[in-house]
Amino acid sequence: SGSFLLVYLYIFLVVFVGIGLPIEASAPAYQSHGTEGSHLTNITNTKKAFPVLAVNYEHVRKPFEIALWILLALLMKLGFHLIPRLSAVVPESCLLIVVGLLVGGLIKVIGEEPPVLDSQLFFLCLLPPIILDAGYFLPIRPFTENVGTILVFAVIGTLWNAFFMGGLLYALCQIESVGLSGVDLLACLLFGSIVSAVDPVAVLAVFEEIHINELVHILVFGESLLNDAVTVVLYNLFEEFSKVGTVTVLDVFLGVVCFFVVSLGGVLVGAIYGFLAAFTSRFTSHTRVIEPLFVFLYSYMAYLSSEMFHLSGIMALIACGVVMRPYVEANISHKSYTTIKYFLKMWSSVSETLIFIFLGVSTVAGPHAWNWTFVITTVILCLVSRVLGVIGLTFIINKFRIVKLTKKDQFIVAYGGLRGAIAFSLGYLLSNSHQMRNLFLTAIITVIFFTVFVQGMTIRPLVELLAVKKKKESKPSINEEIHTEFLDHLLTGVEGVCGHYGHYHWKEKLNRFNKTYVKRWLIAGENFKEPELIAFYRKMELKQAIMMVESGQLPSVLPSTISMQNIQPRAIPRVSKKREEEIRRILRANLQNNKQKMRSRSYSRHTLFDADEEDNVSEVRLRKTKMEMERRMSHYLTVPANRESPRPGVRRVRFESGLSV
Amino acid sequence: SGSNFSTITVCRELHEMGFHVSHSQITRLYSRFTSLDKGENGTLSREDFQRIPELAINPLGDRIINAFFPEGEDQVNFRGFMRTLAHFRPIEDNEKNKDPTASEPLNSRTNKLLFAFQLYDLDRDDKISRDELLQVLRMMVGVNISDEQLGSIADRTIQEADQNGDNSISFNEFIKVLEKVDVEQKMSIRFLH
Repeated sequence: SGSFLLVYLYIFLVVFVGIGLPIEASAPAYQSHGTEGSHLTNITNTKKAFPVLAVNYEHVRKPFEIALWILLALLMKLGFHLIPRLSAVVPESCLLIVVGLLVGGLIKVIGEEPPVLDSQLFFLCLLPPIILDAGYFLPIRPFTENVGTILVFAVIGTLWNAFFMGGLLYALCQIESVGLSGVDLLACLLFGSIVSAVDPVAVLAVFEEIHINELVHILVFGESLLNDAVTVVLYNLFEEFSKVGTVTVLDVFLGVVCFFVVSLGGVLVGAIYGFLAAFTSRFTSHTRVIEPLFVFLYSYMAYLSSEMFHLSGIMALIACGVVMRPYVEANISHKSYTTIKYFLKMWSSVSETLIFIFLGVSTVAGPHAWNWTFVITTVILCLVSRVLGVIGLTFIINKFRIVKLTKKDQFIVAYGGLRGAIAFSLGYLLSNSHQMRNLFLTAIITVIFFTVFVQGMTIRPLVELLAVKKKKESKPSINEEIHTEFLDHLLTGVEGVCGHYGHYHWKEKLNRFNKTYVKRWLIAGENFKEPELIAFYRKMELKQAIMMVESGQLPSVLPSTISMQNIQPRAIPRVSKKREEEIRRILRANLQNNKQKMRSRSYSRHTLFDADEEDNVSEVRLRKTKMEMERRMSHYLTVPANRESPRPGVRRVRFESGLSV
Repeated sequence: SGSNFSTITVCRELHEMGFHVSHSQITRLYSRFTSLDKGENGTLSREDFQRIPELAINPLGDRIINAFFPEGEDQVNFRGFMRTLAHFRPIEDNEKNKDPTASEPLNSRTNKLLFAFQLYDLDRDDKISRDELLQVLRMMVGVNISDEQLGSIADRTIQEADQNGDNSISFNEFIKVLEKVDVEQKMSIRFLH
């Protein structure tokens, strides 16, 4: 009965907010009378009572509406997860579109014009956070190992889809009975190029919930990101051509050149901004608070700069994130890292929610022209071309892969090719001179609905049914890190023996170049000399220490505490209960102390700078406390005296104090 | 140089060992072998390997070289050369379902891991002790890190992997710890396809 109450409350909220919006929209009608009235009173000079309470909606209208929309979106998201079992069956994206449909319907019923997903808003505000989140946290190793496959799917797959669909639709339009004989080939190809691209937002939304194995995930996801260049070029190409009406061989050649310029140019712009961001982060040790802003702003600038030149903004964002991440993470404080992570997740979550809701609203709003044959054929062709494309390309790719793609993998890659808001926005951008614009928009929306609803909802049970390998949850493991690096060196060596300049050879060359030339410019202080393994270990220990402090737990068996690392585990004698308690008390007191101090001083915006110093100070204190703890423990427990004396001339990097800020 | 091996003979020998390799592969690797063999006596010595620039700068260079030489010997012939390289051949799908009673091919996942394990385990006691691990860590991170720090890492590594409490990593524990790593892909060189 508790959950039913929640459902009722929830529906009430939806209706309330949904109605509130159009009422706000109609408020200006009321307001204009008000200002007129006060004008008259000024002229006649009669004394009017001083307005104790006045309403001035116009003043805050725009930000108010924006905030209300975002609030609606977030309340929806909140509500879904309160309703039991709903989110397990239906993916969030579907629910949000339905909500958008409802809200749009409500607005229409009231008589107002529902807002459409403005392409400007979409491309400049809603899309970048999602892509940056994806790019910054892109898992590099699987991506680079499969980059060849991903590129083949992204470029050749999308080209195949576009031409196959465009061509067949043109053939369809030639048939008299369809009634669309006015549509020429170029218009069809333009339509094909819009609908053919796999959408990163939709893929992220659906795949995030099914936890599929890493390989398939990175293939579909990487494809959805890298096909942006192809989409941009094809779209611009066909848009230009359909105005002119004809196409020559020279134009096709220029198109191919354009593709390389767009993709490589985008990557270059992103990389430049990435290096700038890395370089800036080298100097931020005194202004920790604004560190995350640099990451966000440089990335956004990279996106805008490349959009300015009609290069691929998505690839610029990805390149920026990938390039800056290793250096920025070596420079910024742990708190800034957490901030970046959570802000990116937050923004991308809000963006995604808004996009899907607006898709629903736009469906109700947008001008529609329905033609059964065209729309149904489009949906079917979408599926068919995707399946054919994946099977055909996999057949070729498997000849070059070490680990082949199985039939199950192929199925998920084909089935996971979802279309989304990018296709809609590109369709919306088409100028009104296209006589087929409305028909195209309707068809695009239908395809999006089909892929998101049907494919999105059924992919989870299908994954279960086919017993596709799922993602293995794994904590960071120092063993994996060490042995993977070991194998890297081994394979590089064996490639050297064979005289084969392969994958490992070039990776090693890049690493070496990075270590000798790049790192010293981009990483602050002496940290650039730190080997990756040590950095990994330090981060792992730090995470564990923070986790232990936060959960308030202390290990019950002393030998397994992390602070015991410098004491040889072989020779630990039993410790008396009293001593154990004493140690625990000291630990608790020192660590709790820091935590309390941090909490009490960080509430006010003005004390942020003090809190920042507190950040440094408390980390120093944590460091000192750790050292203190270890020193005391080494008194209580005998340490075997066979420690090697340090080699002369070795620069001692104190691990215990290595929590570098 | 008048080759002492006809490639067909070598091919047949390797096939018998379970290393199914094409003629072109053997020819390529044989020409590599002869280009390394400065003494032109049909075998390679350690110095021949040390002349390879990639091995000279590789932290595990010496161990890799030793892996080519059987116990106690100083020379390796072409067959031995190929036998070691056989571990790095990609696993073929159609080989997976072959005769189960036949011995496992050299490039199976287990044998690949065994090869890597034996590079750690120099004294061949079937476990990686703390010292052996420390030696490898020292080789990989260079000279600037203190012994205590490396010791902490080594202890943590053993603690994570050790299941039977003998304070070292046995081969089975090694396999278990790497179960999430795609060894078939990682330890394969496409060249040897």
